[in-house]
Amino acid sequence: MADVDVVVVGAGPAGSTAATVLARAGHSVILLERGPFPGSKNMYGGVVYPRILDQLHPEWWEDAPIQRWVTRRSTMVLTDDQALTVDFRSEKWGRPPYNGATAFRPDWDSWLASKAQAAGATLVCSTTATGLLRERGRVVGVTTDRPEGDLRADVVIACDGVNSFLAKDAGLYGEVDAANYTVGVKETLGLPKEVIDERFAVRGREGVDIEILGGTGGVNGGAFLYTNFDTLAVGCVLKLPALAAQELRPEAIIAGLKRHPAIAPLVEGGDVAEYSAHVIPEAGLAMMPKMTGDGILVAGDAAAMCLAAGIWLEGVNFAMASGIYAGEAAAEALAAGDPSAAGLAGYERRLEDTFVLRDHRKLRRAPGLVLSDRVQHLYPEMIANTVERMFRVDNPAPKPGLRAIFNSERKRAGIKLADLARDARDGLRSFG
Amino acid sequence: MTWKDVVETTRETEQWPERSFEDLIGSTRFDVHERAHIVVDDTVCRDCPSRECIVACPAKLFVPTSDGGILFNYEQCFECGTCYLVCNNEGAITWTYPEGGHGVVFKLT
Ligand SMILES: Cc1cc2nc3c(=O)[nH]c(=O)nc-3n(C[C@H](O)[C@H](O)[C@H](O)COP(=O)(O)OP(=O)(O)OC[C@H]3O[C@@H](n4cnc5c(N)ncnc54)[C@H](O)[C@@H]3O)c2cc1C
Ligand code: SF4
Ligand code: SF4
Repeated sequence: MADVDVVVVGAGPAGSTAATVLARAGHSVILLERGPFPGSKNMYGGVVYPRILDQLHPEWWEDAPIQRWVTRRSTMVLTDDQALTVDFRSEKWGRPPYNGATAFRPDWDSWLASKAQAAGATLVCSTTATGLLRERGRVVGVTTDRPEGDLRADVVIACDGVNSFLAKDAGLYGEVDAANYTVGVKETLGLPKEVIDERFAVRGREGVDIEILGGTGGVNGGAFLYTNFDTLAVGCVLKLPALAAQELRPEAIIAGLKRHPAIAPLVEGGDVAEYSAHVIPEAGLAMMPKMTGDGILVAGDAAAMCLAAGIWLEGVNFAMASGIYAGEAAAEALAAGDPSAAGLAGYERRLEDTFVLRDHRKLRRAPGLVLSDRVQHLYPEMIANTVERMFRVDNPAPKPGLRAIFNSERKRAGIKLADLARDARDGLRSFG
Repeated sequence: MTWKDVVETTRETEQWPERSFEDLIGSTRFDVHERAHIVVDDTVCRDCPSRECIVACPAKLFVPTSDGGILFNYEQCFECGTCYLVCNNEGAITWTYPEGGHGVVFKLT
């Protein structure tokens, strides 16, 4: 006998949406979370894109615990002493239905879990799932670290994040390769709201999202700077093998970023309010496990669904969407009385039909391209030097043509035309 | 000294006073459980030439000892997984999550 229809492991964005859908469909659901409260173990850069909630939680913006609405988005290329920024702002993004918002995960995840509770799911915190219960090859529940803590269920949904020991235990993952992962490290810096408003040229609840190529001390990765209400989030994302193969430690890389002439004036005087780190499944489609087994579905980061493609770092929306689809498919399977992999097949169908796997397919080359040595180490200098020479007034020398500058900078950086053409093609295929 | 060096040193000494790693990680809350959730087998580490964990662990928990070993303390751990992912030596790291409700507690992330 099952204790409950469904056990959802992990009250992150994937788990809480899955639990909400199932509870609303009338099923008994336990939502397990190992932290003392939802979000207490979760760290990210900081921008959520919540439009996927429009149907599940209409007018979610009325009570969502956000810090600032992102109305200004910049992409920065940094070299040691140069910075090139493309800056976009839109007033529309400051009004419903909004686009993105900075938010703290302890707030966001607690709020999303409270919606699952309101729908009738039972949230059980401070409880770690330690493995799967199996019968004749089928998953029939989880073991936990509570005394007599086994929980039997018709379906288990593993939303246990990037390290997903449950998906690994279920045999759904192939070989785990460190090259598919990055580690994100950040400092949350306290600054008065008025100072942030002035430095970043925003007002009220408007906020800024700055994505940075370069500024990672030569380690393949990227950096970010986001405005919260009265704090800043500054940090970097570092490819694991590249980080491990050199000498600079993560906190030293952030310290260097904070000293960069383009960043220092923005973060100066900020007191560290919290230091944090978390791993990201970076390789997208190339690293995804099997999503479905008999009696089990895997959603969110546990299934490597985070989209990490340079100018985009989106995982929360992918997690929320996959949680919704996992919940729907599990409800379907329970109604049909067939929680086998075949009965749960509606999950992958939904992933294929929506942005979740479509975006990943379209962008399958992007993670590799963005973290490649050329994009990381050669292009930033080439681009910054080209722009510097374009705007430099070298009188009495006449202005050189842009093409001549570009070609000489390309050669100076040692970039072959054929490689540049190939990267441009991959870039266009991905982002075009 | 170039202008850039001057700017660097001024910034370092005035705006960014030397901050110890202990102060940095002291800003994060940890509800430590008595059981060590990660155990490192130092005998494996002694034969490890690459020692990826030392530079990569964001919490700086892997400390080389003068006699060629590794000193590991699980207490201020982010539970991120970096160490077991970068370590190439079977059996060096036994990695589990802490008991439910224990370990790192983020608030402003
Ligand atoms: C540095 C960094 C920057 C990022 N920036 C962004 C960004 O700006 N925007 C964005 O959209 N995404 C971003 N992401 C990605 C995003 O954080 C993830 O994709 C997202 O959190 C995935 O949600 P999830 O629900 O699948 O997993 P998680 O959020 O990891 O939730 C998993 C939950 O399961 C719990 N859990 C794990 N194991 C167990 C167990 N055995 N028993 C019980 N509970 C368990 C955990 O405590 C956790 O609450 C970033 C990630 C990082 C690391
Ligand atoms: S933990 Fe792994 S990487 Fe670190 S020293 Fe030991 S064997 Fe080497
Ligand atoms: S899990 Fe992360 S923080 Fe903890 S010891 Fe390993 S690398 Fe360090």
